[in-house]
Amino acid sequence: MADAAIAPLLVSQPSSGSSVTTERYPVRIILVATAVVFLVLFLLLPLAAVFVEAFRAGLSAYFAAITESDAVAAIRLTLLVAAIAVPANIVFGLAASWAIAKFEFKGKSVLNTLIDLPFSVSPVISGLIYVLLFGAQGYFGHYLESHNIQIIFALPGIVLATIFATFPFVARELVPLMQEQGTQDEEAALSLGASGWQTFFRVTLPNIRWALLYGVVLCNARAMGEFGAVSVVSGHIRGKTNTMPLHVEILYNEYNFAAAFAVASLLALLALVTLLIKISLEWRYADQIAASRRH
Amino acid sequence: MAARYGLGLKRPSAIPGFGLALGFTLTYLSLIVLIPLGALVLKSATLGLSGFWEVITGPRTLASLRLSFLTSLFAATVNAVFGTIIAWALVRYRFPGRRLLDAFVDLPFALPTAVAGIALTALYAPNGWIGSVLAPLGIKVAYTPLGIVIALIFIGLPFVVRTVQPVLEEFDRELEEAAATLGANRRQTVFRVMLPTLMPAILTGFALALARAVGEYGSVIFIAGNMPFISEIAPLLIIIRLEEFSYPQAAAIGTAMLLISFALLFFVHLIQAWQRRRFGHG
Repeated sequence: MADAAIAPLLVSQPSSGSSVTTERYPVRIILVATAVVFLVLFLLLPLAAVFVEAFRAGLSAYFAAITESDAVAAIRLTLLVAAIAVPANIVFGLAASWAIAKFEFKGKSVLNTLIDLPFSVSPVISGLIYVLLFGAQGYFGHYLESHNIQIIFALPGIVLATIFATFPFVARELVPLMQEQGTQDEEAALSLGASGWQTFFRVTLPNIRWALLYGVVLCNARAMGEFGAVSVVSGHIRGKTNTMPLHVEILYNEYNFAAAFAVASLLALLALVTLLIKISLEWRYADQIAASRRH
Repeated sequence: MAARYGLGLKRPSAIPGFGLALGFTLTYLSLIVLIPLGALVLKSATLGLSGFWEVITGPRTLASLRLSFLTSLFAATVNAVFGTIIAWALVRYRFPGRRLLDAFVDLPFALPTAVAGIALTALYAPNGWIGSVLAPLGIKVAYTPLGIVIALIFIGLPFVVRTVQPVLEEFDRELEEAAATLGANRRQTVFRVMLPTLMPAILTGFALALARAVGEYGSVIFIAGNMPFISEIAPLLIIIRLEEFSYPQAAAIGTAMLLISFALLFFVHLIQAWQRRRFGHG
């Protein structure tokens, strides 16, 4: 990906093959073959299986499955949840990276660690914690019930669990980049008379836009595809609290495989589009995305 | 430290917005992450220490924790070996389709876990593309612990490749040339010069893959078969306990899993600190 990596690659491939810094030809073939077979077997084959299974029952069955009312409701809910969770995490990511990258304060590294915390938590636990708080027998369950507010088995719970699962995505792209960029641009803008918000919108934001987009794309993919966390808080009410991944599960468990894979193929398409945007950002704007872009 | 910050907590700066940005960050972090996780610990604490111990050493819980941990360990080991080979092939050699495959390494990050789960099950079921090849050999993958391992290999692979790849890209070729000049053959150079340098990255990727695998749910439950004591993973047992309204038990298993993943992350942290001390970079 990085251009710098290509130069030594070219050096390592002399036509004679007698270089001391590469393996002998048969070893190279074996290593490449192993890598290719492993990747095809574990990554490409499952992806291919999704589409093959989706169209197994024919085109009309495919379109029937994705336009059926419960499927449409699931697609709507998924879009709605992502439309709330992703912007929430964008605002958080911007605030957190502004505080962490532009200032020196005590406890900064602790804060940095805490932001990454949700990545090390099992998706099931991401849902469980909200059930413990807001579920019927949770800490606020009684209060919520007496005020007729439903969080668990309803939209707010699904949104909360999704926000938790996608919490670090934007912040972790922005923090290292903004730290790298320093505060000189902002200081220049401020000394020329710009207000704080002007500085942020006209100087900082343009400087980080590609990294922001990168984080948003990854955040969105996870938000739309999150399964474990949402599964715990959703209640699986068909047509109401089922997101797309949950709808896939229900169809699959009903042995309606063609329909399950049809809806799954939409999510697989989302994954492919995500990868495409991610790769093109990495190729085109490598220098404007933080060095720590790799997971 | 104190001198650097003066009497306050923050070093003076010309940039505005510190209070707003940090205030928002801390509030949001507390509401979404810290307080809910606190509720988890608090709920499992209602059991008391002995009660907590009783839950997580109960035969079914212990079996599920053991299964989750052992299958994750196995999958992460496979990923450490093959992930390193893949990173090596992608960085060192040029072959047709290299960039495409490189791009696809991130697929498990982008593909929803439930989709991966049903796709792998379709492949490895006795009548699937791969399952039908293995069935005559007497190898059953789907609905056995082996299926769990397959799913965990899928979701863990990018962690190893993506931590080893950048280190390999920046590897100083002069070290290899020096080794060769000093009379080492290629095998000695690779195993005694290069692999030791790559080892911290491989271990980091291994631990990250392991931490992710221990908590994984979506891709596993379809292929696992979910038989108590045989193929029931810990996250699934949490959901089962929740559906029985045994909140403290669910919280206790959750807390135990959290402790396992924190221990793993601490391990990563130690490796990185050791790497910095030894190689002068992180």
